[in-house]
Parts: sequence; C-alpha cells; structure tokens
Amino acid sequence: MSLSLEEVGRIARLARIELTPQDAEATQAKLSGIFGLIEQMQAVDTTGIAPMSHPQDLVQRLRTDEVTETNQREAFQAVAPEAERGLYLVPKVIE
Amino acid sequence: MTVQTLKSLADALAQKKVSSRELASQYLDRIKAINPAINAFITVDRDGALAAADLADKAIAAGNAAALTGVPIAHKDIFCTEGVLTTCGSKMLSNFVSPYDAHVVSQLKVAGTVSLGKTNLDEFAMGSTSESSFYGAVKNPWKLDRVPGGSSGGSAAAVAAGMVPAATGTDTGGSIRQPAGLCGITGIKPTYGVVSRYGMIAYASSLDQGGPMAHTAEDCALLLNHMAGFDARDSTSLERPVEDYTADLNKPLQGLRIGLPKEYFGDGLAEDVRTAIEGALAELRKLGATTVEVSLPNTHLAIPAYYVIAPAEASSNLSRFDGVRYGHRAAQYKDLAEMYSKSRAEGFGGEVKRRILVGAYVLSHGYYDAYYIKAQQLRCLIAQDFQQALQSCDIIAGPVAPTAAWGLGQMADDPVQMYLADIYTIAVNLAGLPALSTPAGFSNEGLPVGLQLIGNYFGEARLLGAAHQLQQATDWHLRTPDIG
Repeated sequence: MSLSLEEVGRIARLARIELTPQDAEATQAKLSGIFGLIEQMQAVDTTGIAPMSHPQDLVQRLRTDEVTETNQREAFQAVAPEAERGLYLVPKVIE
Repeated sequence: MTVQTLKSLADALAQKKVSSRELASQYLDRIKAINPAINAFITVDRDGALAAADLADKAIAAGNAAALTGVPIAHKDIFCTEGVLTTCGSKMLSNFVSPYDAHVVSQLKVAGTVSLGKTNLDEFAMGSTSESSFYGAVKNPWKLDRVPGGSSGGSAAAVAAGMVPAATGTDTGGSIRQPAGLCGITGIKPTYGVVSRYGMIAYASSLDQGGPMAHTAEDCALLLNHMAGFDARDSTSLERPVEDYTADLNKPLQGLRIGLPKEYFGDGLAEDVRTAIEGALAELRKLGATTVEVSLPNTHLAIPAYYVIAPAEASSNLSRFDGVRYGHRAAQYKDLAEMYSKSRAEGFGGEVKRRILVGAYVLSHGYYDAYYIKAQQLRCLIAQDFQQALQSCDIIAGPVAPTAAWGLGQMADDPVQMYLADIYTIAVNLAGLPALSTPAGFSNEGLPVGLQLIGNYFGEARLLGAAHQLQQATDWHLRTPDIG
C-alpha cells in the first residue's frame, strides 16, 4: 500500500506535526514501506476472533472518593516553558 | 576487567571490605574514562551518587543495611528521577528535570541502591539499535563499530563495559532482551503488570514493561525483588502476593521440558547464532532438561500487528508533548495550533514522528477496524499460540535475535529492515508473557549471542532459575569485552 502526499499531510495535521514539503516526500516513502509490512495482516481471516486489547483480564480498580494528592503546582510548573501566577501561558486562543 | 556481580558487591559492602563511596567513585571514574567511546550515559550524576553512597555507608555502619544497600546501579533515561534530567533520548525533553521519581526508581532507592546516572536509549524507546537517540548513538563495547541493540542499549552497554554492575531497562518489543543478548549480559522482561509503569515514560502502554539488566540471572532476581510489586498509581499494576524471584535459582533442571518453536529456528536465523544457541541448549540438556519441538504458527504476524498496536498507543501517549506543561516549545509561532505543530516537529526525531503518523492513520476515521481491531485479533491468535505450545513444555527457548550485533548505520535508512530483526521478541510482548535473555556463546566474529527463555504468566522465578543453572555450568556471562 502507498499513501498519497495528501494523506501524509492529513495525518500530519491530525498528529499536530509540521511537515515541510521535502519532509513530506521522504516521510511518504518510509510510511509506504511500513504500511507494506502492516498489510500482511489482511491475508488472515479473523472472523469471530475477539480483539485482545490487553494481556491481562483486568477491571479498572475503584477507590474511595477522597483527596489523595497533595498540591505540587509549583514543582510541576517549574518545568513549564511559560507559567505565570500559577497558570500555563499559551498564545491567545479566544479573540 | 573481570565481572563484578551485584551480589558480590553487596557481600563486600556487608562485610565492610569496601565502602559504598569507594565503589561509587570507582565506577564513576570508569564511566569518565570509557563512556566517551561508548556513549552509554546521557547524564552522570556524580554528586547525587556520592551523596547517596554516603547515606548508604551510614546505614551500613549503623547496622541498618538492606540487601542492596550501597550497590551502584543506573537507570534507563525513560524512568523519571526527581531532580535529575530525564530526557527519554529526545530533544523534546532535553530540559526536563523530573519533579518526581518513577515507582521503580523510588523502590530501588528504598532498597538502598545508589544511582550513578541515566543511560542512553532510542528516542522514546522506539528502536532496536539505540541509534535514534538525540544524544548520539550508543556503541557496542564488544566492537565499537556495532550497535548495542535497543532500545535499552545504554543500560546493556554500560553493564557490559563494566561502567555499572546493573541497570534498569524497559521492554515494549524486545528492548531489554535484545540489547542484553547483543551485549552479552542478562536481562528479563517480567509478565505484563508485575512492574509498575508509574513514572516510566509511556511508549505503548499495553506492551511496556520495566525490568532489570545485569551480568547474572541471580542479580536480575535480586533487583526484580525490589522492582516488582503492586502500585495503585499504575492502573494495570497487578495485585499479587509478594514473590521471591530468587526462589528457584538453585532448583535442578532435571525434568524441565523446554519447547523449541520451529518458527524460531527457520531460514532467517544466522548459522553462527544457530550454532551458539544449539550449544546452550546442549548444556541445558546436560543439566537434565529435555527439549521438544513446538510451534508458534502465527509468529510471522507479530511484527505487522505490533506496528499497528504500538504506533496507535504511541500516537495517543505522545500527544501529551505539546509544549505547554513541560518539554520543548518552539521559539517562533503565530498561534496555538502552530505552537503545537512546530514544537512537536522540532522536538521529535524522525522515527518517533513516523510512528506517531502511523498511529494517527490507523486510528483515524474509517481505518480503525481494518487496522487496529484486526491487529488486536491477531494479538489474540499470537497469545493463544503460546498457551498451546506451553501445554507440551514448561518454558520455551530460542534465539533473541536472528544475528549478532550489526554495524552502526547499517539499517538507519530502512526502518522496515530494522523492525524485522525483532521477529523473536515481539510476540512475547503482545502476549504479555515473561522472557529473559542469557548469554549463550559467541558469533563467528566473537560477538555475544543471547538465548531467550520464555515462560508462562508469572513464570519469572522459573526462568531465572533455568538461566542461573546454565550460568553455573558455563562462563559466557563472565566474559568481558576488551576495552581496558
């Protein structure tokens, strides 16, 4: 299977990764190789086989609804690219 | 250089033949001398290590020592370490000083170990060669123009080169076992859910599992005793009684039935690797084990299924790197969307971007059933293969990789060729089973070959016991590369 350049551009937008036109062509070639490998799956009839999402048959644990975490805002925001007065700063979103 | 096991160092510390500070200093000096040629470490934490060693020495003097108090180790740079740079091999996290410890890191601190630093890896653990690190490729200590394997190649190379006696690793598709095999050390990937993933930077969450890497199976068992255990902070951590992974070390192999999957001994296997593996199997038979042929008929589907499931989970996990809360943020952007896309384009390397894009595609509208559900159905078949095979044997044995270590750069432009080299390791992760690699001799060029032992769920102690018995009868794990 080969992906078109348009498809490469579409998934790059979905993944929020900027691709230059040169990058897109190199990426297209390598992704097509990877999908060639993946396509081998389609030769197998899997009708009626339950999808296995996980190695262990687990149910999500529940805990009592009480505060367990302490406030570590300062420690966590110390590694942020831009934080001020306890807020993470990003470019203006709403005009 | 002679092999110093964690066990022998722990004994020397307990008998006060050496102090933890002396040990840490010796290893730090060796790292300083040898690491520039091998690039196994991204961060060496000399001050932190010496401070921890001093605390360990105080505990030993006060009679408060635990089993591993004062022994030096290193952590794969995928484990968050409080106050220490944690990069995951990526430019994206080149400025990330973690505000907290991973569960594995805090457990090993409580056990008294002294961390010397953080080892190099493929970026976000996505690779089989440790070449995709933003911090440069790791070299194999046995031949510096060869790859050490990956993604835990820094941990494997550091142990093999005597820069640290043991290190942590993680294994999503073979990333503990394959570098252990290619560098001539021992490494075990436990059953999925045995070791907490809390603070272990996520690649593919339904496959990722941490584990120890060391010279011997005994050292791996000692470390696993502290790394394993329930942790409520990991939603897939298993609530099980505490287990002693050293329990079966001295159990004789008499009567052990070893299954040899015919698919693991087919055309793709290099002749010198086959010869070495057969030599190791002959040793196991001398020790009383019997071998029987088994079949894992869906082996060829493991790589295609993995390259759907792992990228799908990665594309979701790595969406957290958006340049807002931590990590790299682009310098120039005109709005929020461009800040995301430029920060991610600049912060991620080529292989990581490719896997995110593959994941975004297979999860996108209209393709989910054809790829993701299909891959999960194949995963079910692959897991069933192992259960079928384990009806007629206790453990499964085979090679870890089809060849010994290959040349640096040899597969750099061909990701698919690199993916295919993981043919013997990936199915184990899809099934969630435990498996280890133990030294099994050498290739024609004198490069290490690893024997893989695969067990049923929670069979770690049995696997470590079989490897320990093999190591008592052979000296492959005691050989060292000629690097001074």
